[in-house]
Amino acid sequence: MSTSETLVPLEQVVIKFAGDSGDGMQLTGTQFTNTAALFGNDLGTFPDFPAEIRAPQGTTAGVSGYQLHFGSTEIYTPGDMCDVLVVMNAAALKMNLKQLKRGGIIIANIAGFDAKNLRLANVESNQLEDNSLDGYEVYKVDVTKLTRDAIADLTLGTKEKDRCKNMFVLGFLYWMFDRDMQTSINFLNEKFSKKTEILEANLRVLKAGYAYGETTETFSTRFKVEKAKMPAGKYRNIMGNQALALGIVAASHQSGLPVFLGSYPITPASDVLHELAKYKNFNIRTFQAEDEIAGICSAIGASFGGQIGLTTTSGPGMALKTEAMGLAVMLEVPLVICNIQRAGPSTGMPTKTEQADLLQAYYGRNGECPIPVIAAQSPSDCFRAAFEACKIAVQHMTPVILLSDGYIANGAEPWRYPVTNQLEKIEKKFAAPSEHGEKFMPYARDEKLSRPWAVPGTKGLEHRIGGLEKQNITGNISYDAANHEQMVKLREEKVEKIADYLPEQKIDSGKDSGKVLVLGWGGTYGALKAAVKECIAEGMDVSHTHIRYIKPFPKNLEALMKRFDKVLIPEINNGQLIRIIRDRYLIPAIPFNKIQGVPFMKGELVEKIKEVYNTK
Amino acid sequence: MSTATLTAKDFATDQDVRWCPGCGDYSILKQVHTILPQLGIARENIVFISGIGCSSRFPYYTETFGMHSIHGRATAIASGLKASRPELSVWIVTGDGDGLSIGGNHTIHLLRRNFDVNVLLFNNQIYGLTKGQYSPTSEENKVTKSTPYGSVDHPFNPISLALGAEATFVARSMDRDPAHLQSMLLASYKHKGSSFLEIYQNCNIFNDGAFEIFTEKASKKQETLMMIHGQPLRFGENNEKGIRLDGMKPQVVTIGEQYSTDDLMVHDETDLNKAWIVARMFDDVHHENHLPRPFGIFYRGERACYEDVMQKQIDDVLTKKGVGNLDKLLAGNEVWEIH
Ligand SMILES: Cc1ncc(C[n+]2csc(CCOP(=O)(O)OP(=O)(O)O)c2C)c(N)n1
Ligand code: SF4
Ligand SMILES: [Mg+2]
Repeated sequence: MSTSETLVPLEQVVIKFAGDSGDGMQLTGTQFTNTAALFGNDLGTFPDFPAEIRAPQGTTAGVSGYQLHFGSTEIYTPGDMCDVLVVMNAAALKMNLKQLKRGGIIIANIAGFDAKNLRLANVESNQLEDNSLDGYEVYKVDVTKLTRDAIADLTLGTKEKDRCKNMFVLGFLYWMFDRDMQTSINFLNEKFSKKTEILEANLRVLKAGYAYGETTETFSTRFKVEKAKMPAGKYRNIMGNQALALGIVAASHQSGLPVFLGSYPITPASDVLHELAKYKNFNIRTFQAEDEIAGICSAIGASFGGQIGLTTTSGPGMALKTEAMGLAVMLEVPLVICNIQRAGPSTGMPTKTEQADLLQAYYGRNGECPIPVIAAQSPSDCFRAAFEACKIAVQHMTPVILLSDGYIANGAEPWRYPVTNQLEKIEKKFAAPSEHGEKFMPYARDEKLSRPWAVPGTKGLEHRIGGLEKQNITGNISYDAANHEQMVKLREEKVEKIADYLPEQKIDSGKDSGKVLVLGWGGTYGALKAAVKECIAEGMDVSHTHIRYIKPFPKNLEALMKRFDKVLIPEINNGQLIRIIRDRYLIPAIPFNKIQGVPFMKGELVEKIKEVYNTK
Repeated sequence: MSTATLTAKDFATDQDVRWCPGCGDYSILKQVHTILPQLGIARENIVFISGIGCSSRFPYYTETFGMHSIHGRATAIASGLKASRPELSVWIVTGDGDGLSIGGNHTIHLLRRNFDVNVLLFNNQIYGLTKGQYSPTSEENKVTKSTPYGSVDHPFNPISLALGAEATFVARSMDRDPAHLQSMLLASYKHKGSSFLEIYQNCNIFNDGAFEIFTEKASKKQETLMMIHGQPLRFGENNEKGIRLDGMKPQVVTIGEQYSTDDLMVHDETDLNKAWIVARMFDDVHHENHLPRPFGIFYRGERACYEDVMQKQIDDVLTKKGVGNLDKLLAGNEVWEIH
């Protein structure tokens, strides 16, 4: 260990790993994340993928990034600006420098700044060599050469050797932040258990990176980020799509109902399909359908058959599923439709996040077609939201739309996971034939206004349902004018009635009444919370509430909003929730919108809150 | 109710049948109700799923579980139902527009996956419910409301389409031949795997007589070729004609002139190459020297069914890993504890 080093204590740090998509920065990021999580830091992450899978090497289009915010305090976001920027080439530096704090640390692989890389990145001169990085702390490391040197004696080809570069960076950062390498060593052992030479190479390079920090005099500063003081319990690290999948498995377990997922791959929703496809011994069936329409339709078939029908997609897929959602509304069967939103319209920006489709979920079908809408607000919260969606679907006999987004789907955070016996049961009720031989009435309703679930195979309950308007109670086809009006109202009332069974809306941070209420939904939770807390700390009379249940709204929402002078609604879209709120409650809510494919930064939110707070 | 005592009447519902008087759908409904009691399945274990179209009204008239869904999607809905409830007997009722136009994609994927379901495609070569536009099976140059100068498209041959989609059972029948239709329905049911049965159905309102030449006494024997497994292909007023292969090309010959029955092509339902030859016998009947139109089973093959392989995967994983433990799954591989 170098003798001159100092261990600087830090409360929180934001690191961004950036490189070419082939440089393995996502892996470096997730490994560091897992290690930080296991150590006991709180954290938030933001992977930032390039749009093309194989964009030309070395170009700005091919830059892949992974941002990690970790600390000994509570962490709500992946961080606005970085303290440390790791760049593997000139393009990565060009794309990310503006996000580095003044005086921040740059760790650059100089091999990525040769003439060729500079040309590919389309930069005039080498920023590492001119004076443009004055004011930053720049460490130039020849990662490529050091990696090759560490494994010179191995017979792997140069290309394969170079693939280990990311492990050098990882090892070096482990040294810099005084972290144990064991989690990553275990990971590599498992990942390359059948490829001994590649395993050997990765392990050696990882350790070489660590040793490089230890032995090189250039680096005198190391940082210490203590464990966070989080509520006692057992934790794991989790990403949103994983949590969503687990929520579904848990709902199946707690209801005793099998789950059938019909899905067609689409970014950023595919990982839910990938996850659930693994859980064959958990009463889950997955079906990769020929398109999104078949995805939802096959799920409707399963719902009709007595299972939890599930379909997962993103915006363009939602558009295709629209007609079938209407069918599910008419059939009144339990169905969960997950939209992991991305930037639209049309193909839009598939790898970029947006709260794009709330109005589509709320209104976007032909006819009067009410579907409950609920939203997940953080990576780990996707678990709870998915569980709730299944619960509402089964207990109220209705399709339910669950909104997540690309940001929370791919983001990670520590999760104090529940144990099975803390989870509530989801009661299900299958119709049974009448003891007195009365004819079965498929559209008779219970106190929740939900109809009986009569599944094929149940003797005496043979019946036909479909998309044509139904006669109330009997379910026979009906074109009767008064009946149609009644059925439209009944379907709406049934969905509104779900509010009787929902928890009241609570204030997340701040007082129950006051000057400004910041009202959000979905994936903006962390950023809004962080911003409002900062305002409160500065003595402002500001509160934050975050809506999970968007249709129906919690019953006390109106009263809660009206206890504030102003309601500010920040959204990552052009203003969607705000339209529904204004329409429904006639309050002059104030919009704040960002439509750039990226989440809010705390700083910009604080600024906006102050502006609203200080205007008359 | 024991299934042995069921009759066709037990499969009728209390709903008035609303097809136009004289519509071919009535006969198909009747033949289906006639064979259902013979299957020995309880009514509650049978499900009819349809799309949208005149034909798709079918489930309302059949006392089993049923769903009248949305246009073109019955096959997709049935796929999910069969995958999740393999023990049910699942029947799909669709039209030439429903199953081959808007729902064409789901039809081909259902067939290639080989779910053990029965597809009854009511082909009237027209859009009946929307009042008479041409369909993907309408003949070329069809004059309809939407094509006052005649349609421009070339039609599908549904049998070729099904074979091309790797269907394991492909057959054709017609509304006007109850005995044949019943036998084809039974054969469809008996086949393990997706059964594709095209049924020529007369829409007497918008496309009356489309299949007259095959169904009416005066021309039927000359124009239709009733294929029987293991038998030479013969037709004609007195079965005097037959189909002989000239290389790969089918050719009509008169038995007793130059050729005997021994020279005729022998039908083999299990031979896919032969199936293609008869499937392609799809001449426009207005052309001189056209070939007769084949009816019966074109092809019957064996292939694993989707739902069975799906179940086997699940069983294998269960055997290997046991019933999943939710607590272990929630905890994942790396846990830390805060005290
Ligand atoms: C999405 C959608 N598009 C269009 C229609 C209108 N439509 C209903 S049935 C039909 C065609 C029916 O033709 P076919 O499937 O051949 O059934 P048939 O009525 O001839 O039995 C059309 C175009 C619809 N119901 N839904
Ligand atoms: S329109 Fe044609 S297909 Fe439809 S019910 Fe009438 S006759 Fe039958
Ligand atoms: Mg038709």
